[in-house]
Amino acid sequence: MRRTLVAAAGIVAILSALGVLIPVHAQRQGGGASSARARDAAPIDLTGYWVSYVTENWRYRMVTPAKGEYRRIPVSPAAVPIINGWDPAADERAGNQCKSYGAGTIMTVPGRLHITWQDADTLRVDTDAGTQTRLFRFTSRTASSGARATWQGESNASWERVGGPGGGGSLRVVTSNMRAGYLRKNGVPYSERATVSEHFDVAPLADGGELLLVTVVVEDSVYLNAPYVVSPHFKKEPDGSKWDPTPCSSTW
Amino acid sequence: MFLDLVRRRSVFGPLVAALGACAAIAQEGQAQFPGQFEIAGSWAPLATEDVQNDSVPVDYLGLALTDEGRTRALSYDESQKSMIERQCQGWGAAYMVLGPFGLRISSQSDAQGRIVSYTIDAWEDWMAMTIWMDDRPRPSAHALHTQAGFTTGRWERGALAARTTHVKAGFIRKTGVPLSDEATIDWRFFRHGDLMTVLMVATDPVYLVEPEIVSKNFRLSKTPLDYRDPCVPGFEGREPGDSVPHFAPDQNPFVDEFVKLYNLPREAVLGYRETLYPEYRKTIKNTYVPPPPCTADCGVAGNFVRRR
Repeated sequence: MRRTLVAAAGIVAILSALGVLIPVHAQRQGGGASSARARDAAPIDLTGYWVSYVTENWRYRMVTPAKGEYRRIPVSPAAVPIINGWDPAADERAGNQCKSYGAGTIMTVPGRLHITWQDADTLRVDTDAGTQTRLFRFTSRTASSGARATWQGESNASWERVGGPGGGGSLRVVTSNMRAGYLRKNGVPYSERATVSEHFDVAPLADGGELLLVTVVVEDSVYLNAPYVVSPHFKKEPDGSKWDPTPCSSTW
Repeated sequence: MFLDLVRRRSVFGPLVAALGACAAIAQEGQAQFPGQFEIAGSWAPLATEDVQNDSVPVDYLGLALTDEGRTRALSYDESQKSMIERQCQGWGAAYMVLGPFGLRISSQSDAQGRIVSYTIDAWEDWMAMTIWMDDRPRPSAHALHTQAGFTTGRWERGALAARTTHVKAGFIRKTGVPLSDEATIDWRFFRHGDLMTVLMVATDPVYLVEPEIVSKNFRLSKTPLDYRDPCVPGFEGREPGDSVPHFAPDQNPFVDEFVKLYNLPREAVLGYRETLYPEYRKTIKNTYVPPPPCTADCGVAGNFVRRR
């Protein structure tokens, strides 16, 4: 049996070397499966300061939309009463002013990201809007059963590496165990059962700058009829001179 | 012979295992070479972000326009599209991510099986785009400019990167926001499983202060898409030879419609650069008043702004 597996691996390797039969997914590997530390194995560099460049969904992101409006979000019937009953003052009183800064939506909140390596296997994302912190852990772990849900939940990360000329790749992050939150400031909900799958990609800009594109897929069997997909983008900044931490607000 | 191979399990077993592994790996999309993915197929649009931005005549939210671009946009009257000679003019390359349609993409190969180009099929008001993958040189700057432009592509760091030049002077929004024939559009196609994100970075030295960056998401469709209904012009109230409908830029009657509809800052609706960055929120925080609660067309089906 072992000899068979070794031989099979050899044949895969030969076919891969020929570059004909093996598609890109064969060239990708989850960070958790690799013996290399995630920081050392990073196919792209996400660290640094990034600023939101709000060219899409401006009316839903830069200002607080009208109460009751949820255009372009595939909400379930269960969500509608919550949307219509949105009460930001009640959220504030209950200490829930960060409901629109949770992992399901934080990437769309206008602001800046500061991305650093907390340790060799944990990528840390700080946001100045709402002063939130997300930790992307590359070490394999399942969502802690019984652990208290948080706004940012628990995020498992892996690199999706791309072979061939130029290399490169993408960061994949899956987040669960979140507190219930809002997809938009005006109370469009996601539940504690929601999961957030994200891909972080970078692209060069013609002016020499760099762009971070985050594709966010929110799935929620309670308040969504279909996955909610958005892809906010960020421009890289040379330093943190414009970093401006602001607390969560339930109204603005 | 085959039975001999079967009996010689030491050869056959590993081969079956290896091919099985290859097949499993290939499930998400067949690619030609490492660093590439299969882009051909039908990709249905996910309309969970801005679509078209053409519900009101003056909506330049999310744009960084030059004064000239803003002036030209404000001079535009949508009635121009009722002129019989303009009805089938179609929209430029940027409409790939600004319009409401999905993508139907095919590949073309040479005799050796190398991919020469990808073609994104036309819609009823959008010309087909060919992405040349064979390193052919870009034509002279004086060569013909078309709605689709001239596009070359290459695989780069796991994405399909493409650049479009030679576009006709046209629009970057259907509401008349102009894009000049000097514009360059850089594209990136990212694929993650059945999801494809197309990133557009449109640079225009004439009408844009900063590039217009838009990303649109598509999901692989098992049902082939086909939007190729031909455009057929018809009489829409404008006689041939009528003057071209337009406004004096400072007399556009719709300039404040969107502003009033949603209590939006005028400079944001008119596409000023500073409105695209987070710090702009500070300047409007104390003056912005949310609009009254939504009472109609509030949900997912209401993709369009409700005009009063």
